[in-house]
Amino acid sequence: MKIVVAVKQVPERDAVLHVADDGRGVDESELAWTMNEPDAYALEEALQLKEREGSGEVVVICAGPERVVSTLREALAKGADRAIHVVTAEDGLSVRDTLGVARLLADAVKDEAADLVLTGLQSDDLGAGQTGVVMAELLGVPHATLVLAVERVGDGIKVKRELEDGWFQQVEMPLPALLTIQSGGNKLRYATLMGIKKAKSKETREVEAAGVQARVDEVVKVAAPERVKRIEMLTGSPDEIAAKIVEKLKFEVKVL
Amino acid sequence: MSRDVLVVMEQKRDAGWHRTSVEALAAGQKLAAELGVGCSAVVVGDAGGLAAELAGTKKLDAVWSVTHELLRVYTADGWVAALQQLIAEVKPGYVVFPHTYQVRDYAPALATRLGQTLISDVTAMRVADAKPVFVRQWMQGKLNADYVHVGDGVCLVSVQAGSFRADEVQAGACEVREFAPVIEAAGIRTKAGEPFREAAQTVDLSAAPVIVSVGRGIGEQENLGIVEELAEALGAELAASRPICDAGWLPMERQVGSSGQTVAPKLYVAIGISGAIQHLVGMKGAKTVLAVNKDEAAPIFEVADIGVVGDLFEIVPALTKAIKSAA
Repeated sequence: MKIVVAVKQVPERDAVLHVADDGRGVDESELAWTMNEPDAYALEEALQLKEREGSGEVVVICAGPERVVSTLREALAKGADRAIHVVTAEDGLSVRDTLGVARLLADAVKDEAADLVLTGLQSDDLGAGQTGVVMAELLGVPHATLVLAVERVGDGIKVKRELEDGWFQQVEMPLPALLTIQSGGNKLRYATLMGIKKAKSKETREVEAAGVQARVDEVVKVAAPERVKRIEMLTGSPDEIAAKIVEKLKFEVKVL
Repeated sequence: MSRDVLVVMEQKRDAGWHRTSVEALAAGQKLAAELGVGCSAVVVGDAGGLAAELAGTKKLDAVWSVTHELLRVYTADGWVAALQQLIAEVKPGYVVFPHTYQVRDYAPALATRLGQTLISDVTAMRVADAKPVFVRQWMQGKLNADYVHVGDGVCLVSVQAGSFRADEVQAGACEVREFAPVIEAAGIRTKAGEPFREAAQTVDLSAAPVIVSVGRGIGEQENLGIVEELAEALGAELAASRPICDAGWLPMERQVGSSGQTVAPKLYVAIGISGAIQHLVGMKGAKTVLAVNKDEAAPIFEVADIGVVGDLFEIVPALTKAIKSAA
């Protein structure tokens, strides 16, 4: 089975964020970057599927400027067989809307004729939660979202998807197909030293991004949210803070 | 094309409305009122007479009931086909969805068919110069981004759970209009199985008066002990945000959030939880929230009543000690 995994590079979780000078984006100049966590689960599912089948290929794809190469390298070190870098300008993702970004990925994936395309259910940065489903539509293949487990059944697959409130559902579909992966279905692996070494000899193909089409939605302003609730911040040494909290729990919240 | 608003309602599996779709209805009515346009609603695959109930009780121009043999069970292909045809018939300017798991499954594909994107998971909206501005969260709630729709096409928006008030839905009455889409069996590419639950839930956090909840900030499984001791000192149930359960450090049944349990305790203590929206929807009903986090920009502080910016490995043991000696 040939599996393509689409991953996104996002700012590190603890990154200190500053709004860009134009007030319409995030200042990226001093950010540290990492692989979007739900995409790491998609990669893990792909690697385990390949291992279970005993054969096949896992191709990882990422769109963005030069910096995303580090995320592709991380995926190769974890076990992906080769990588595709859809090379964009520095602002290549923000000048495109969800449809535009999905189109970049779908165009590059098309030629691969993969059996399965996997990606995370959403990104930790913009959180639109759409790229995978839009790619499925552009590729003309069936999809399932919030998938926790994938099993091969005959010519197709059976997946376990998460519903709300602790419910689940099995969904069957033919291949090729696209799945968006929910986190927690597997345990993430770390890259081994051997993996990091091997990654250096693996192929990363560069694909030039197609031209930008006009966005259908536009971001007009980005700002830190206003605090709506009155919060009381406690300061002092740990013991002083603890004493203040105990006072409150006793006399205001009345749980002690 | 009109500029009218169409609200897509969602039924729960068992019966009644998905709560977020009633909130979407409130959002849709509000948007329509501010734009000075009409508002209708649509029910896809109505099984229990919910379209009639909606038409009989809510202030709408019409309720569209879209039915078909192939819409008895949800599939993305079925819902996309049905709504694409209804949108072509009704020609709304805006379509408002509840941001549910089901909507996340089909609405992006529908948007693509229409040459649009879904402005998803919207937490607020306002109208400026007769044009709506939709607010979305970026970076797990650390930033707000204002979106506007451009171009002549239909604008698709989904609203986040808890962002609009279901009790603000305007009452009234209108007619049910039937719509029969053309759907081919061959066009439904997935086969959906019956929903199921895994092992019966043994931990019911919803009734707990005090909950101590732990997030990523705890770092390692071995560090959980200090939080367990705090929970014990407070006589609280232990809970966690999703990443802790994903990692297998605590069982899934102790997860609070959109994919876990919804809680409303007297006191909710959030230790090392940044407050991603998926977590907040599960606990914002708590009466008092105490948050300890090293990042002062963490969104948890927006819903907290008492906040401590600091090292949880110093604060938590000190708090446990103080509670024990106060008892």
